[in-house]
Amino acid sequence: MAKKRTIRTIPQQRTPVREQEPAERVKNFSEVSRGYGQKDALVESERCLLCPDQPCVRGCPVGIDIPGFIEKIGQKDFHGAYDVIAATNLLPAVCGRVCPQESQCEGVCIVGQTLEPVAIGRLERFVGDRAIAEGWTSVPYIEHNDFRVGIVGSGPAGMACAADMAKAGCDVTVYEAFHQAGGVLKYGIPDFRLPNDVVDAEIRNLSKLGVKFECNTLVGRLFTIEQMVDEMGFQAVFIGTGAGYPAMLGIPGDSLNGVLSANELLTRCNLMRAKEFPNYDTPLSIGRRVAVVGAGNTAMDAMRVCLRLGAEKVYCIYRRSRAECPARSEEVHHAEEEGVEFHWLTNPVEILGDGKGNVRGMRCVRMELGEPDDSGRRRPVVVAGSEHEIDVDLVVFAIGTNANPIMGQTSKLKLDKRGYIDTDADLATSVAGVFAGGDIVTGAATVIEAMGAGRTAARSMKAYLGLRDAAATYVGDSAGGAGRCFGIDSRESNFVRVRVA
Amino acid sequence: MAMSTFEIVAREDFSDVTYLLEIRHPMMARAARAGQFVIVMAHEHGERIPLTIADFDRDKGTITLVIQAVGKTTKEMQQRCKVGAALHAVVGPMGIPSPVSGAKKVICVGGGLGVAPIFPQARAFKENGAYVIGVLGFRSKDLMFWTDKFNDCCDELIVCTDDGSSGIKGLVTEGIRRAIEKHPDVDECVAIGPTVMMRGCAEATRAHKIKTIVSLNPVMVDGTGMCGGCRVKVGGEVKFACVDGPDFDGHLVDFDDLISRLRRFATEEKAARERWSESCRMMTTPNLGALASQSSGPAAGGVSTELLELPDPYDEVRGG
Ligand SMILES: Cc1cc2nc3c(=O)[nH]c(=O)nc-3n(C[C@H](O)[C@H](O)[C@H](O)COP(=O)(O)OP(=O)(O)OC[C@H]3O[C@@H](n4cnc5c(N)ncnc54)[C@H](O)[C@@H]3O)c2cc1C
Ligand code: FES
Repeated sequence: MAKKRTIRTIPQQRTPVREQEPAERVKNFSEVSRGYGQKDALVESERCLLCPDQPCVRGCPVGIDIPGFIEKIGQKDFHGAYDVIAATNLLPAVCGRVCPQESQCEGVCIVGQTLEPVAIGRLERFVGDRAIAEGWTSVPYIEHNDFRVGIVGSGPAGMACAADMAKAGCDVTVYEAFHQAGGVLKYGIPDFRLPNDVVDAEIRNLSKLGVKFECNTLVGRLFTIEQMVDEMGFQAVFIGTGAGYPAMLGIPGDSLNGVLSANELLTRCNLMRAKEFPNYDTPLSIGRRVAVVGAGNTAMDAMRVCLRLGAEKVYCIYRRSRAECPARSEEVHHAEEEGVEFHWLTNPVEILGDGKGNVRGMRCVRMELGEPDDSGRRRPVVVAGSEHEIDVDLVVFAIGTNANPIMGQTSKLKLDKRGYIDTDADLATSVAGVFAGGDIVTGAATVIEAMGAGRTAARSMKAYLGLRDAAATYVGDSAGGAGRCFGIDSRESNFVRVRVA
Repeated sequence: MAMSTFEIVAREDFSDVTYLLEIRHPMMARAARAGQFVIVMAHEHGERIPLTIADFDRDKGTITLVIQAVGKTTKEMQQRCKVGAALHAVVGPMGIPSPVSGAKKVICVGGGLGVAPIFPQARAFKENGAYVIGVLGFRSKDLMFWTDKFNDCCDELIVCTDDGSSGIKGLVTEGIRRAIEKHPDVDECVAIGPTVMMRGCAEATRAHKIKTIVSLNPVMVDGTGMCGGCRVKVGGEVKFACVDGPDFDGHLVDFDDLISRLRRFATEEKAARERWSESCRMMTTPNLGALASQSSGPAAGGVSTELLELPDPYDEVRGG
């Protein structure tokens, strides 16, 4: 590298990314952001100061060596950049697209204190896409052992755990209830944000590691977790079944036809391809005027799907203000550009029927922000006399999820108060050999956090099975207490499950 | 990436609208319990439809589904599902198995397509030592099936037909009335059939305070509790039929709500059905043509329009 970069010498402007024009893109499901080309990536890579402090690495839930991969991009060593990312993150093309970078790596970027932060997400995506296009995978030398590992759920948590255990030499099988693997990445997040091809490419990489996928398998009901351990010969099991179970509005009229969860809308549209009805058989009611309640990523996706399906008007109804909106800022921005009408500080109180079981409108009240609540956010309170009606024929709710009950119903796993699976810091559950992570443990969170949980669980699993964790470069919080002796994690005791009889 | 092929190993046609498919799935045959259901996708472009498991054979490693051809998917399956063919996806067993209680005397009611799924329940009660009274409802004699199987596991069997061509003339509620009259000590009733019928059964037993279990089958997508499309109101609370059910206390179910929600995709379903029938008419393949004219013939083989509009939970389930 020639001279030392300073905030003054780097390109001052964040390299823009090519995007489909809003007027055009609301008519199709192709990806909004076209991503960086090589030239863009090279320019943007120069904006990284390669600072020694590396706050971005700490800001990343899985601790990707961000300056490391950006430096490789600068050297045009894209394969090298991929290897750096792949050491900690096996889904760069996915995470580059869907991580809330502004509140993670980019949020703490030093450059961001003066200028716009380095576009870490876009660079990550560039590397991930290049890897897919070139067919790169990071298949290490795998020394096979006799352990069989079962993974329940093929979302990011399950995929990450599967990859790590396969790399450690185990025989890994992933069970998925749906007819296709991928979890929320497949059924929830729409193509214009994360094309299904990208998810499929990442799944193919897992297959190359030797991971087997068994779809159409509802674990708990077809066989139980206990059966997996006791009868089916799995020495360790990971549960990553996601949160599921959408929370209801709980207001009059919420069972009218024309009121549905964002999960249902998105699954019908994305996984079942109702957007291609009648070429595909799954139907979906298309709203003319749609109200989406909530303002998280799920809500944004639902709104933008409705626009693409041909809605004339889409409203976002959220009881707090824009500042509290939990969605990625890019999604809110895109939704705005596409014409979604935001009604901040508005809460629905009743859904109005047309007398035939359909929706004709929604009654709302306006809110104002009062004192901070438990979450530290200011609590919205109703403004007296602010009741008003909006004219809508479809209401979509995206106000969070509760725990999926199937695992609790069918196993002896200990659950927490809210019904999620109870684990210790190493993600071990109350049943020996069974680990859990992702949304089914934390409640709805993010792709990267779910992935991080899958990797943490894999580390614990290796320790449990007595496998050397040579590949571990990721040291999360949970490793805090464990010491190392001659470079070997002290938890690597030769502790294996002993089968009696 | 699919788990295996879901091969159809046997098929039986009970009438020109009702058919039985036996599907190879040894693991499911082992896991299935009375009251559970599967979600089926006929082909890659298909929708996911829930179908109750009508029987399972652990030795043969098969499960049995009884299907009524009323909607696009079930009619298409009627044409395509020949022995040796395979379904794209079959997942399950889903739902909480029916708790076969320690009841001493039970009435097991099956109407129309509900006749098939009530069978494993009746058999389970019998195996549990209960006195089982079977009440089966059919439109007419020629639509009857499985009465021999029921005779084997019921202590008494009351057959009701709409036209009186077999058994008593009348609805299953009449059968229930007679059963209660003769056996005032009945302590449980289990009813499976069209939603309107189950509502009728719940009303028939309410005054006698006989615990009545009904099996709900609303529109579903995933069947794993993730979408909320299958929500029903029971005792003022919202429940997801796929994971909290499908069995609920019939005296607490809000049937009006359910009936209204079953009409959800009526328009789309009708359009799909018509479009499909049209495409069948245009097909020239002789063997397909013969079947198609059968299922798209006048009033789809005698199913009244009333029924088509008010979907029987065991016929076509809209959407899913
Ligand atoms: C619409 C939407 C948009 C989102 N957008 C973003 C975003 O932009 N950025 C971000 O970081 N996060 C986003 N999230 C959140 C993120 O997707 C989740 O936090 C993450 O996917 C959780 O991963 P997981 O592996 O725990 O579970 P999931 O991805 O939910 O996967 C669980 C899988 O397990 C399967 N399963 C469930 N039960 C069983 C069973 N009994 N047997 C077998 N299989 C079973 C399910 O079918 C599913 O495929 C979004 C979520 C949604 C719904
Ligand atoms: S079918 Fe989706 S939650 Fe029941």
